[in-house]
Amino acid sequence: IHVFNRHSRQRNYKTEFESCRPEIVPLDFGDYHPLKPITVIESKTKKMGRKGSTSSTSSSSSSSMVDPLSSVLDGTDPLSMFAAIADPVTTTVNMDGSRKKRDRDDNSLVGTDFEPWSSKRGDILARYTTTEKLSIVSCKTTTSTSAMSEKVRTRLEELDDLEEGSQRELLNLTQQDYMNRIEELNQSLKDAWASDQKVKALKIVIQCSKLLSDTSVIQFYPSKFVLITDILDTFGKLVYERILSMCMDNRSILSDHFSPENVNDTAKETCLNWFFKIASIRELIPRFYVEAAILNCNKFLSKTGISECLPRLTCMIRGIGDPLVSVYARAYLCRVGMEVAPHLKESLNKNFFDFLLTFKQIHGDTVQNQLVVQGVEIPLYLTLYSPAIDWILQCIAYHAPEVLLTEMMERCKKLGNNALLLNSVMSAFRAEFIATRAMDFIGMIKECDESGFPKHLLFRSLGLNLALADPPESDRLQILNEAWKVITKLKNPQDYINCAEVWVEYTCRHFTKREVNTVLADVIKHMTPDRAFEDAYPQLHSIIKKVIAYFHDFSILFSVEKFLPFLDMFQKENVRVEVCKCIMEAFIKHQQEPTKDPVILNALLHVCKTMHDSVNALTLEDEKRMLAVLINGFIKMVSFGRDFEQQLSFYVETRSMFCNLEPVLVQLIHSVNKLTMETRRVMKGNHSRKTAAFVRACVAFCFITIPSLTGIFTRLNLYLHSGQVALANQCLSQADAFFRAAVSLVPEVPKMINIDGKMRPSESFLLEFLSNLFSTLLIVPDHPEQGVLFLVRGLLNVIQDYTWEDNSDDKIRIYTNVLHLLSAMNQETYLYHVDKVDSNDSLYGGDSKFLAENNKLCETVITQILEHLKALGKDETLKRQSVLALSFFNSILAHGDLRNNKLNQLSVNLWNLAQRHGCADTRTMVKTLEYIKKRSKQPEMSHLSELALRLPLQTRT
Amino acid sequence: MGTVLDIKIKRANKVYYAGEVLSGVVVISSKDPVQHQGILLTMEGLVNLQLSAKSVGMFEAFCNSVKYTLRCDLRRSLLAKDLTKICEFIIHSTPQKGKSTPSPVDFTITPETLQNVKERASLPKFLIRGHLNSTNCVITQPLTGELVVEYSEAAIKNIELQLVRVETCGCAEGYARDATEIQNIQIADGDVCRSLSVPIYMIFPRLFTCPTLETTNFKVEFEVNIVVLLHDDHLITENFPLKLCRI
Repeated sequence: IHVFNRHSRQRNYKTEFESCRPEIVPLDFGDYHPLKPITVIESKTKKMGRKGSTSSTSSSSSSSMVDPLSSVLDGTDPLSMFAAIADPVTTTVNMDGSRKKRDRDDNSLVGTDFEPWSSKRGDILARYTTTEKLSIVSCKTTTSTSAMSEKVRTRLEELDDLEEGSQRELLNLTQQDYMNRIEELNQSLKDAWASDQKVKALKIVIQCSKLLSDTSVIQFYPSKFVLITDILDTFGKLVYERILSMCMDNRSILSDHFSPENVNDTAKETCLNWFFKIASIRELIPRFYVEAAILNCNKFLSKTGISECLPRLTCMIRGIGDPLVSVYARAYLCRVGMEVAPHLKESLNKNFFDFLLTFKQIHGDTVQNQLVVQGVEIPLYLTLYSPAIDWILQCIAYHAPEVLLTEMMERCKKLGNNALLLNSVMSAFRAEFIATRAMDFIGMIKECDESGFPKHLLFRSLGLNLALADPPESDRLQILNEAWKVITKLKNPQDYINCAEVWVEYTCRHFTKREVNTVLADVIKHMTPDRAFEDAYPQLHSIIKKVIAYFHDFSILFSVEKFLPFLDMFQKENVRVEVCKCIMEAFIKHQQEPTKDPVILNALLHVCKTMHDSVNALTLEDEKRMLAVLINGFIKMVSFGRDFEQQLSFYVETRSMFCNLEPVLVQLIHSVNKLTMETRRVMKGNHSRKTAAFVRACVAFCFITIPSLTGIFTRLNLYLHSGQVALANQCLSQADAFFRAAVSLVPEVPKMINIDGKMRPSESFLLEFLSNLFSTLLIVPDHPEQGVLFLVRGLLNVIQDYTWEDNSDDKIRIYTNVLHLLSAMNQETYLYHVDKVDSNDSLYGGDSKFLAENNKLCETVITQILEHLKALGKDETLKRQSVLALSFFNSILAHGDLRNNKLNQLSVNLWNLAQRHGCADTRTMVKTLEYIKKRSKQPEMSHLSELALRLPLQTRT
Repeated sequence: MGTVLDIKIKRANKVYYAGEVLSGVVVISSKDPVQHQGILLTMEGLVNLQLSAKSVGMFEAFCNSVKYTLRCDLRRSLLAKDLTKICEFIIHSTPQKGKSTPSPVDFTITPETLQNVKERASLPKFLIRGHLNSTNCVITQPLTGELVVEYSEAAIKNIELQLVRVETCGCAEGYARDATEIQNIQIADGDVCRSLSVPIYMIFPRLFTCPTLETTNFKVEFEVNIVVLLHDDHLITENFPLKLCRI
C-alpha cells in the first residue's frame, strides 16, 4: 500500500480553456452543412403499360451530396413509384400519348374524391340491424370434402351432393349467427377456390346470391346485401385474377390496359366458359349477381364487352319484381360499373330512370301486404332504400354537369312522396349544389307527406350539406330559423339529437356565440327530460367537438352561457373525461398566448379537475400520462404576468387539485423554479426583502412537494435542480437542505428501476446523477456550523455504504470523479461561481487547514481505489483491472501534480499495472505516451518528459 | 409418378368442323429416360344407344350422346404399365351457307288466347304482350326479345324461358318422339312492374344444342316455352318453335 501525500496540480483555468478551445473557423454558409435540407429536384415519370410511353426516372440533388436513401433505391423510391402508378393525375401528366388517350385514361379511373363503397359498408351494417330470427339455406361446408374423398366418390357426385343432399335450412338464427354463417360461406368459397374446386366455388356464390332474393326480415336486407356482395366481390376478383394469370406467359406480364388481342386462346376459352356457365343459371337473381360480379372479365374477350354487358344487365333487373331487391341489384351494378368502367355513365342514368319507373311499386299491394305481414312501418321501410339510392345517385353525380343534376332533381320532384328521393339527392349530390338551393330544399321538405319518409332525416341530410358548403349569404339566417323551427318540434329525443348534432355545425360556422348559445340551450331543454342525454352521448360529444372546432378563442367559448351547463349533461364518467380531453386538446392546440382570464381559468380548472378525479387505481399508465400531458399543457399556459404572488398561489392551488398525477406535480415544481428564476431576473439578482421572502416561499413549495413523489430519480434530480435554483437566489440554508436531502436519499436508490415498463439496472443513472451533483457541490459553500466539506464527506460515506454491484466498477468511477472534485476545490479560484454566492475558495482563501483536510480526503479516496484495484487481481478480472488502472493514471495525469515524487511513482506503478497482464490496448498506450511527450513541451510541464522516460511500452508478444 | 402423358390439341376450344385436320402434340414429361414400344393414337366417335322405353326393339340415340374422343397409348414393357390419356373434342357440322333471315314473332297472351283451359271463368284476367326478335336463331347468338306485363289481376310469381329439344325417330312402323327440357331460364322473379318491358334473353347451351336437323327418319328440333306462373299457381305457357342454324 502506498501512503503518500497527494498534491493537486495548480490549474489556470483561463489559459487552459483558451489553449483547449478549437480554432475558430469562420463559417462559409455557401458550404455544405449536414443539417441543411437537401433540395431534390426530381423529374419523375413512370413507364406505363407495354406501350412504353415515357422516359426514365432521375433524381438529382442540388447539393453535392447524394441522398443516401435515394441512391440505395436506385433513384426512385418504391412509394412514389406506386403513387405514380396509382395517381391518375401523375399518369396523365406523364402520358406523352395523344390527348385523346389521355382523356380516356382520366375517365377510366375514379379519383379519390369519389367516396368509395368501402366507406359506406360499415355505416350500413351498423344502421340496419334486427333482433328478429333469420334463416339461411346453406350447404355443409368445409368438413365434408375430406370425408367424401375417403368414400371415393367421384367429383361429380360430390357436386350433386352439394346441390341437393347436404343443403338444409337453418332457422332461428340471430343476426350474429347469420353473419357468421355468411362469413363461413365466404371462407369456404376461398377454400374451394384454393383447392381448385372451381365449380364448387361457383355453387357457393350462386347460393349466396340466392339469399338476396329473400326479403323476410326486411329491415336486415341492406346489411345482408353488404355481406353478400362482399363475397361476390371476392369471387369476381378470384376469377379475374385466375384468368389474368393464364394470360401471363413466362416472359410477359399483361399490363393493366391490355387489349383482348393480347389474351391467349386458353384464357379466352376459360373466360368464355365462365360466362356460359353463368348464363345457364336458372334463377334470375343469382344469374344477375354472378354475372355482374365478373363483369370485369369481359375485358379478356372484347373491347366492347363491358359496354354491351352493362345495358343488358341493367335491363335484366327489370325482371326483379320486388322493388327493394331490384334497387339493391341496381346499386350493385352501379358499384361494379363504377369500378370497372366509370366512363360508361349512360348505364348509371338508365338504372336510375328505370328505378323511377318502378317507384310506384312501393305503394303497390304486393309490397304493402308484405309489410303488414312483417309488421314494418312505411317510414322505416322507406329508409331501407336510402343506401341503395344514395349510392346510385352518388355514382351519377360524380363529376356530372350541373344540368344533369338539375334534371335528376326535376324528375324526382314529379313523383309522389318524393321525400325518399329528395333525401338521396341531398346525400349524393355535391354539397355546393345543394347549398345554393337550400331554401328550395327546405320548401320541398315542408311539402312532403308526413306519413312517408321521416322528415328529421331530410333535415339531417340538408344539414350535412350545409356543414360542407355555404348557402348564399342572404339566406343563411332564414335557413337556420326555418330548419330549427322544425327540429325543435321533434318529439323523439333520438330523432331530435341526430338532427341537432348536424345543424350545430352550420350554426357555429356562420353565426356568433349568441345563436350557438340558443341552440345549445335548446339541446339542453330537449335532452334533459327523462335523462334522454344518457342515450345520446356520442351525438352530444360530437356537438362539443364541433363547437370547439369553431371557437378557438376560449374566452368567447366560455362566455357562451350554456356551454358549461351543456357539459353537465355528460354524467357518465368515462364520457365526461373524453369530452374534457377534447376540450383540453383544443385549448393546447389553439391557445397562443398565456392567459390569466378568470373565466377561462375557472372553467378549465374545473375541466382538469374532472379529468384528474377520474384517475383511480385501475387507470392505465398511458391514460394517466395522457391526462397529465393535457393538464401540464394548461398549467404552462397560465400566466399572471408580473403578479408573481398570484402565480405562486395558483400553483399552490393546482398542487392540491392534481395531487394524484405525479407528472403534474413535477411540472409544478419546474414551474415554481422557473418563477423563482424569473423573480431573480426581474430583480437583476438583487433581491429586496420582499422578493427574498417570496423566493424562499417558492423554494419551500418545492421542498415540501418533492417528497410526495415516488420516482426516486425524479426526486433526486428535482432536489438537485431546486437546490441549484435556491443557491442562485442566495437561499443558502435552503440549498443546503436540498443537497442534504438528496444525499440522504441516495442509499434508497434500488438496484433495479422500472423504465418504460422494463426493469433496468440503476447504477448508470446513479453515476450520472452523482457526477452532476459533484459539479454543483464545488460551489456550495460549507455550512458554518458543520465541519469542512461536510456534504462531500457525507456523500462519500453514503457511497461507501451503498451496496454496489459485485461485478461493476462504478463505485471506483465515482471515486475518481470525487478526486476530480477535490482537485478542483484545491484551486485558488474555482472554475465557476454563482453570482453573489461566496464559494469555498473565497471563504477559506486557500487556508492551509482546508487544503490539509482536502488532501486527507484525497488520500482516503485513493486508498479505496487502490484497494479495489488490488482486489481485481484475480484472473477473470484482469482486464477490468487494466482498464481501471489506466483510467486512474489518466486522472492523475490530468489533475495531479506529478512533480510530487510519490504521485509520480504511483502513476508509474499504475502504468505498469495497466500493462502487466497484457490486457492493455497497445494503441491506447502509445497514444497516451505521445500525449505525455507533447504535453511536456508546454511551459512548466517539463517534468513530464522525465515521467515519459519511466513509462515503458510493453512490446507485443 | 415419373412419367406423364398429355395430349395438347392446338385449338383451345377443341371445336372442329368436318373435313378439318385435328392437330396438336403429345407431350411426354419425365425426369428419367423413358423406354417404350410405340405410341398409339386412336380416334373414336361413339354414339350411345339405348333401348327405347316406348317401342320394343327400337334403339334411340340422342344428340348429347354423340361423343368424339382422342386416345393416346404409350406401350411399355411388361414391368411397367401402359400409359393412356384420353382427350375429348367437339365436332360441329359445317356452317350453313347463306344468311338466316330474321323472323320476328309478336305475341299477346290473354285468358282468351289460351288452349287446354278447364275453367276459363276462374282464370284471373291478364294481358301479356311481347315479341321474339327472331325464331330463326343462329346457335351462337342468344335468343332475344321482350315481354311486357300490361295488366294482371293476380300477382306474378315467376316468368321463365324453357328451351325444349324434340327428337323424333321414325320409320314405317311409327315414330318415337322425345321432348327434353334442356335449359330453363328465369327472366322475371316476383311481381314485376306493369307496362315495363322485361328482356327475353337466353344463350343456347353449347353442349345440348345443335342446328335443327330434319331427315326422313330422324329429326332434332327445338322449341321455346314462355312460362308464366301466377301467384295463385296458375301456369300459363306459350310455345314457339325455333329453327337453329350455324353460320
